[in-house]
Amino acid sequence: MSVLVYIENTEGQFKKSAFEAISYGKAIADQLQTEVIAISIGTVKEDELQKLGGYGAARVLNVSTDNLSSFVNQAYASIVATAAQKENASVVVLSNTFSGKGLAPRVATKLSAGIVSGASALPQINGDTFEVQTSAFSNKAIATVSIQSAVKVLTINPNAFPSKETGGSATVEAYTPDIPSTDFSTTVQEIVRATDTISLPEAEIVVSAGRGLKGPENWGMIEELAKVLGAATACSKPVSDAGWRPHSEHVGQTGIVVSPNLYIAIGISGAIQHLAGVSSSKTIVVINKDPEAPFFKVADYGIVGDAFVVVPKLIEALKKHKGN
Amino acid sequence: MKILVCISNVPDTTSKITFTNENTAFNTAGVQYIINPYDEIALSKAVDLAAAASGSVTTITVGDASTEPTIRKALAIGADNAVRVDATASDAWFVANQIAAYAKNNNFDLILTGRESIDYNSAQIAAMVGELLHIPSVSIAKGVQVTNGQASVEREIEGGKEVLTASLPIVIGTAEGVAEPKIPNMRGIMGARSKPLEVIAAVAVDPLTTVKSYATPPARGSVTLVNEDQVDELVNLLHNNAKVI
Repeated sequence: MSVLVYIENTEGQFKKSAFEAISYGKAIADQLQTEVIAISIGTVKEDELQKLGGYGAARVLNVSTDNLSSFVNQAYASIVATAAQKENASVVVLSNTFSGKGLAPRVATKLSAGIVSGASALPQINGDTFEVQTSAFSNKAIATVSIQSAVKVLTINPNAFPSKETGGSATVEAYTPDIPSTDFSTTVQEIVRATDTISLPEAEIVVSAGRGLKGPENWGMIEELAKVLGAATACSKPVSDAGWRPHSEHVGQTGIVVSPNLYIAIGISGAIQHLAGVSSSKTIVVINKDPEAPFFKVADYGIVGDAFVVVPKLIEALKKHKGN
Repeated sequence: MKILVCISNVPDTTSKITFTNENTAFNTAGVQYIINPYDEIALSKAVDLAAAASGSVTTITVGDASTEPTIRKALAIGADNAVRVDATASDAWFVANQIAAYAKNNNFDLILTGRESIDYNSAQIAAMVGELLHIPSVSIAKGVQVTNGQASVEREIEGGKEVLTASLPIVIGTAEGVAEPKIPNMRGIMGARSKPLEVIAAVAVDPLTTVKSYATPPARGSVTLVNEDQVDELVNLLHNNAKVI
């Protein structure tokens, strides 16, 4: 028996969510009194792979053939499922990232395994019962889900489980399972990465603005505030619907659900659909000139005031704070 | 081009979410149901693609007879015919198997579904159906083009986007940006009443997961208001009390 964790890399580097996934897998392995094995697909350097040992991985399976340098979910799923069988894994963990969402259900299907996406805590394992919490109804509820199958697949949301260094080391093994050529059914033509911005789903701080900003030309101060904080920028649905900001920034029930440490909402009234997307943020700050804005009811800190006055002051205050 | 669109019947986005039977079941009392907003995007895209390629659009829904008003709305938006699998949608595995079983016998070129449903949010259906049918899938697409039997799909990745191509058939989970949701017009609404809605029996599949209970998220404490002339105090609170900066 083992716990297998698929570790996603971005251009050869493991991001924070990768270490959260291995730590989550390690904690489950401890519960099951077994070991955690990591699997990495793509081109990742030895010293980067070794880092996983420091978070509890006993072994790292390294799959790095040329045809796997870009993400092909069918082929990746075959590899992860084959490894899970080889290692007799009872639990398979993946990150609930965009790629993870395209991969995990395929892995689960290959293994006839029950899957819970976006686990928000460690599973409760008691004899044959295996229960895990996840959000439901777009963050308006928490569901406790029982998985009945022998093998379980879990995906873990970014920022949901803290990574924890254990100080161990791992052996890295080259792993080359046979993958049918029919699995290479999609071809990546182009990858466009915005290098100067922070990825919204993984961001620890999010600065978000709404219609209160009156127009797209006023986003300069939002971007500056985000820059000072090292934050990702986001927006409300009316803003992306109006084309002021891209859809990829829309946070809410029908957009991206975020759970950063700090969410700053500027000029957003706080419709129920927006709140659903941000309610699991650890700290919420609301800046709005309307004291009756519903967002204040779920905020931890609030300023009733005009965004065009408050935000520039906040930028100055933060610069001063960073300077100290 | 034959297109299948998976339509989920979900509570309206403004619904108050409460539970009954000792928090083991969703309380449907007074809840309005709608087409899952992401499925509406999928359907709108399908209608456009079918119109451009003189194709057809079939919708499939797993649910009991109470889902039929939602299915009729999908027909009013522009689907040609609809299928309802007469069963309770117990988990994603069960639903994906129903969709795959129907698709297997009907040779669709394209299967579209929303990126996730707004009730269970698992975002599993597209990839599961793709795996069950042994065809490619993209789970969260921001843009879809189909030309000469090839799909070109723009998918979201952390901090950017990826463009990929694949031969049809393919399963695609659609997100915002793929199409503007269409609003049914009077002609569509009238026509929807006479469009075929076939009810079929479910294939036997045991669900692999069960929701044991629901809880509402813990209430947040009350807000600490800071005067707009004292933003330094807010910075201080975020640094020393919340410890987030």
